[in-house]
Amino acid sequence: MKLHPVVSLLVQRVALGLLLLLAVSVLIFAGTQLLPGDVAQAILGQSATPQALANLREQLGLNDPAYVRYFRWLGGVVQGDLGTALTNGQDIATAMGGRLWNTMFLAFWAAVIAVPLAITLGLIAVRYQGRWPDKLISAVTLSTISLPEFVVGYIAMFLLAVKFRVFTSVSTVYDGMSFADRMSAIALPVIVLVLVVLAHMMRMTRAAILNVMQSAYIETAELKGVRPFTIIARHALPNAIAPIVNVVMLNLAYLVVGVVVVEVVFVYPGMGQYLVDHVAKRDIPVVQACGVVFAAVYIGLNMLADVVSILSNPRLRHPK
Amino acid sequence: MTGPLLSVQNLKIEATSYPPGEPPRDVVLVEGVSFDLQKGRVLGLIGESGAGKSTIGLSSMAYGRGGVRLTGGKILVNGRDIRTATPAGLRALRGHEVTYVAQSAAAAFNPAKRLMEQVIETSLGHRLMTRPEAEARAVDLFRQLGLPKPETIGDRYPHQVSGGQLQRVMTAMALCPKPDLVIFDEPTTALDVTTQIDVLAAIKRAIRETGVAALYITHDLAVVAQVADDIMVLRHGKTVEYGTTDQIINAPVQEYTRALVSVRSKDHPEKPAGGTPVLTVESVTARYPGIPIDVLKNVSVTLNAGHTLAVVGESGSGKSTLARAITGLLPPLKGRMTFAGRQLSNAVAGRTRDDLRELQMIYQMADVAMNPRQTVATIIGRPLEFYFGLKGAARDKRVAELLEAIEMGKGFADRYPAELSGGQKQRVCIARALAAKPKLIICDEVTSALDPLVAEGILKLLLDLQAREGVAYLFITHDLATVRAIADSIAVMYRGQVVRYGPKTDVLAPPFDDYTDLLLSSVPEMRLGWLEETLAHRKMESAGN
Repeated sequence: MKLHPVVSLLVQRVALGLLLLLAVSVLIFAGTQLLPGDVAQAILGQSATPQALANLREQLGLNDPAYVRYFRWLGGVVQGDLGTALTNGQDIATAMGGRLWNTMFLAFWAAVIAVPLAITLGLIAVRYQGRWPDKLISAVTLSTISLPEFVVGYIAMFLLAVKFRVFTSVSTVYDGMSFADRMSAIALPVIVLVLVVLAHMMRMTRAAILNVMQSAYIETAELKGVRPFTIIARHALPNAIAPIVNVVMLNLAYLVVGVVVVEVVFVYPGMGQYLVDHVAKRDIPVVQACGVVFAAVYIGLNMLADVVSILSNPRLRHPK
Repeated sequence: MTGPLLSVQNLKIEATSYPPGEPPRDVVLVEGVSFDLQKGRVLGLIGESGAGKSTIGLSSMAYGRGGVRLTGGKILVNGRDIRTATPAGLRALRGHEVTYVAQSAAAAFNPAKRLMEQVIETSLGHRLMTRPEAEARAVDLFRQLGLPKPETIGDRYPHQVSGGQLQRVMTAMALCPKPDLVIFDEPTTALDVTTQIDVLAAIKRAIRETGVAALYITHDLAVVAQVADDIMVLRHGKTVEYGTTDQIINAPVQEYTRALVSVRSKDHPEKPAGGTPVLTVESVTARYPGIPIDVLKNVSVTLNAGHTLAVVGESGSGKSTLARAITGLLPPLKGRMTFAGRQLSNAVAGRTRDDLRELQMIYQMADVAMNPRQTVATIIGRPLEFYFGLKGAARDKRVAELLEAIEMGKGFADRYPAELSGGQKQRVCIARALAAKPKLIICDEVTSALDPLVAEGILKLLLDLQAREGVAYLFITHDLATVRAIADSIAVMYRGQVVRYGPKTDVLAPPFDDYTDLLLSSVPEMRLGWLEETLAHRKMESAGN
């Protein structure tokens, strides 16, 4: 039996994504090799004897050629072994697990609020194109994206934690915390992240739908006496999915990969802080591991965007 | 109710125009148009583009494209003035009392939704029927309109059915909510003649069986004569003549109407056979990359210097592919071509500069074949520089000569394409082709997008230029009236093959093969009752339905 063309397209996309991830892993490995400093020296400190350094290098396999070390590292990564942190000897996968979960938790709730909100605002902006609701939405979202994240963060903190005391200013989370407490703790960073990613998605939704609104079939719907908002939501939106979903995924990736500043502002124990800490300490294996995880998230979400775009095209889904 | 269903009184419609480089100004699109339409009657609105016929049609739904505004007169639907209706009142009117069938069903259907969903949308949205009732009615209409598999065709997406079928589904969509009035806006113009006749018959039958009233808008008088009870001829937004179909066709009063009625009967005496061949195509077979289907199968034709070979056929017959093969844009798999006594390299990359210069092309869409940011002088001057190295005053002089040759005058040299009419744009494209001093010009549907009278002018110009410059034309068209007006010999194409080929009088004289018979008999004739007669005598089903 012949494969449905969509299936073969999807297989192609996924294979391409994996290939890209592999290429990125080479870059990450090569990049960290270029960083100045010697791992053995970093572990043992400046006072180590040459003999001790040589022993440790031998022990860590640092004398092997780069490609041998790369494949050894890659083999571990594929099996879920991200190596051991140099600074404290912890297993990276274990240490990162909790952090990654925290970051995902934050990103998830930010996305759950931001994506529907952005698309709804985009639809409203189209409905009232050029009138005051459109201008208001554009003005507000553009101002929040124009302010640096830490400024938005501190303003939110000042208003909601200091002035009105609705939420706590420090987003400490720990195991065994109740769901409600956890939600309350992440409220401020979620608000800041939503404000940061809203504008981009909203404007893309607006632009993509306005583009579709020029089509003859929109006129058909108008001549059928369909309500303006129904036309936008039911006739235009399904034809604008592909461009919108690409921007949505880009922003979702940002929620995971780009949260460093927000995490630092709210002292939230996520991936961003973890990465920053270990870059400062030159802990190469941790930096490599973070790089691979971030790349995987980025590539994975973009792959998902491609998949959704393909599936949203009726010509591909239902060939002649 | 006893009053007319639709009453238009002294209609005035204006729009704001934004001419390049000038301040915006208001233009009157329609003025002083009045008519009444009774229940169950069909009124044909006919005119060239810009005559205001679509604008009038849409105005009866209180809809204006772009900045079009109703500024005077009255439009009464079922006795109510729709100019004073509220937005909610208009939504209740649109898609319920009055519905619309657009020219290009392919563009007018939402590509992301199944056909059934779109066909019953108004019936559900206006709460006229329950979903099962609406679906049952839609299936009935699909059957009535002669669509294949009426029970399941609604599950398909627009891209999964042919253009002729889609136009019928659109008619079903308009009839589904049981409207009082349907606006048909050029519903068959985008279709092949062989498909048009079936769709036309289906529409006519549906109108009769549902007893709906209709406004039938078209530029083709022969088409409207088959369906309309009355006809209104429009020009520049004003009524030229308004009467029964019989009177307009058989006893037109106005000069303009007489010109419209006679425009199809032009005939060009064919040149005597003989002379030297300028192009021979021998056994050419071609495919598009990656698709294992012969789009051209063993095609052989010869064109003599200074003669016109018309290539006719419906869409998908391979006639434009033949042009691509001859120009080298789609190198044939097999076969050989000789041009001006030289063997022609199959691929464009292997051709000499003289090959390129002496073989020019003119396209259907003149406005997209020109750079909108170049003036007419630059557009025509480019081949002069490129092939002959003409510069400065010499070039300007030649541009002026060419503008003279296309009957436009040198005043147009500094204009941009956007400032020209459709016919003028096509003339500039002709001048650009002539600038290269070609031996052969391939004309790909060059008059198809033009109004009949403008098209006639272009054909006359092409014949004059041929007489003067001795250039040969390979004239690709689906319109047999155009073929009669210009061709010396004809090649009829069907599914990639030449099914009939020879001098014009031979090809157009019986006995016919089945396909040529179908093609010739499908061309609407300017007389009442043609549609029924023709359908009763058909030997072959058309492929496109």
